[in-house]
Amino acid sequence: MEPLSAEEVRHIARLTRLGLGDDEVERMRVQLADILAYFQSLAAVDTEGVEPTGHSTEIDTVMRDDVPAASLDRQEVLENAPDQNGEFFRVPRILD
Amino acid sequence: MAAMNDLTQITAHQARALLDARQISAVDLTRAVLERAGQVEPLLNSYITLAPEEALDQAEAADAALREGLGGPFTGIPVMVKDNMSTRGVRTTAGSRMLERYVPPYDAFVVERLRGARAVIVGKGNMDEFAMGSSTENSAFGPTRNPWDTSRVPGGSSGGAAAGVAAGECLASLGSDTGGSIRQPAALCGIVGMKPTYGLVSRYGLIAFASSLDQIGPMTRDVRDCADLLTLIAGHDPRDSTSSPRAGGDYAEGIDRGVAGVRIGVPEEYLGVGLEPGVRAAFEGALDVLQDLGAEVEPTSLPLTAHALAVYYIIAPSEASANLARYDGFKYGYSDRSGPTSWEVMDDTRRGGFGAEVKRRILLGGYALSAGYYDAYYRKAQQVRTLIRGEFARAFERFDVLATPPSPTVAFRIGAKTGDPLQMYLSDVCTIPVNIAGLPGISVPCGMAGGLPVGLQVIGPQFGDATVLRVAYAWEQATEWHRLRPPL
Repeated sequence: MEPLSAEEVRHIARLTRLGLGDDEVERMRVQLADILAYFQSLAAVDTEGVEPTGHSTEIDTVMRDDVPAASLDRQEVLENAPDQNGEFFRVPRILD
Repeated sequence: MAAMNDLTQITAHQARALLDARQISAVDLTRAVLERAGQVEPLLNSYITLAPEEALDQAEAADAALREGLGGPFTGIPVMVKDNMSTRGVRTTAGSRMLERYVPPYDAFVVERLRGARAVIVGKGNMDEFAMGSSTENSAFGPTRNPWDTSRVPGGSSGGAAAGVAAGECLASLGSDTGGSIRQPAALCGIVGMKPTYGLVSRYGLIAFASSLDQIGPMTRDVRDCADLLTLIAGHDPRDSTSSPRAGGDYAEGIDRGVAGVRIGVPEEYLGVGLEPGVRAAFEGALDVLQDLGAEVEPTSLPLTAHALAVYYIIAPSEASANLARYDGFKYGYSDRSGPTSWEVMDDTRRGGFGAEVKRRILLGGYALSAGYYDAYYRKAQQVRTLIRGEFARAFERFDVLATPPSPTVAFRIGAKTGDPLQMYLSDVCTIPVNIAGLPGISVPCGMAGGLPVGLQVIGPQFGDATVLRVAYAWEQATEWHRLRPPL
């Protein structure tokens, strides 16, 4: 596998919205390359025809009856908001 | 029995007896614990938030219930809750600057259970940020220190919850365990810590790290308290879609049946490179005692153990990268509003709100899930996960439980591994396979090496929680290690 490039780290940081600075990109690149190299051991495991496991319970999709119930109090929820107008979360413009 | 100044060092069931006999009140007990916390917090930093007023109110309510004869095993017992479990009205930070001022508008399922039992919630336990770490050094609120040697880590990520129980800042605590975060700090602090079967305890209100691996469990001074606390918090909850209908019941029932004829497998892969001689000696001594008690102890092999760490550090960061996408600076938590558009707010908020380890794992997860790498990393890890589960299932056809060390080392020095993430990840090598397969596992004190505690891990099949507790109890009752307290 190709060694991890700074451009790849920047790309993932963009996808995950981490806003990394250049100093962080280089440090992360070195550490992540080290960790990814460690993962290479998995290539030796024969997984031909093996189903993937998402979680370890026997439970599948759980359904419930569609019954309306009380939700959290709006005022109480909005108290944690960085900015709000009493009814909605307020955010800066989303279009460039 | 215990004098006033010893109240902070007793077990919950000993306190229960004193409360029932009216020798002490829940308020006495809570005051003693708060006073102890006041003395040792400058050294240990086990709590992110102490809630003394709420605790004393809860203690008074507990005393009122006790006077009416309404007490259960945890009524009036001072408990710490790790700070990733939501407590209505008490801030819940997950050890992150991102949630420094977040006050949940609702209680986690386990907190509802504690309140319903009239337990006393003393405060919120320090932890690695979003439970990502093995030493509690990744907390945005400073590291917790080990009560046995304050130059060393308590383990992690539930380091505050472990140190607090060991040092008498609470009588029991709730931790969470994604890859060993209950069992490893329990071992390093000389207490009992259990990760129940996945699905036994509802994750409703637990701040999510890696949802297919996260599980809440008890941290206590002995196995009876552990069983009683598990009984309190286990149970089906429709608000967690992975909560098992099989959860619930009395997990203390039958713990005293002994280990005669119990088949214990010892997988050799857990005794490999990096195992300290003192840890090995304590572990082998424990196997001898279990054999003397009538257990059939036999070596075995689980070759896929070697791949568990890689599987974990692909799956857990992948799930984390999705779970932590919610911290955008809009709805709650830290927000950097200096930028002109919402995109800048998101970038700046996440850059300033998350610590280095959290960013590392989000990047790792983002990478493993991204186009071109998904099959090689994420899908491959999930396939190996299937094989690891199968390997455990085959082992449990031959054995009732498995015994291993919970950590290859005793508590290490603060700062020893912070510069090398991969070395830190290797701290969890003995505990991670258990989470991957969703099994129950417990760590109980089993000796000392160089003045520091060593644990014994007992692993059971899925829903074999009672068997795990029974083996741990038999070991504990035959030995004195659980009675040791740090000389702090």
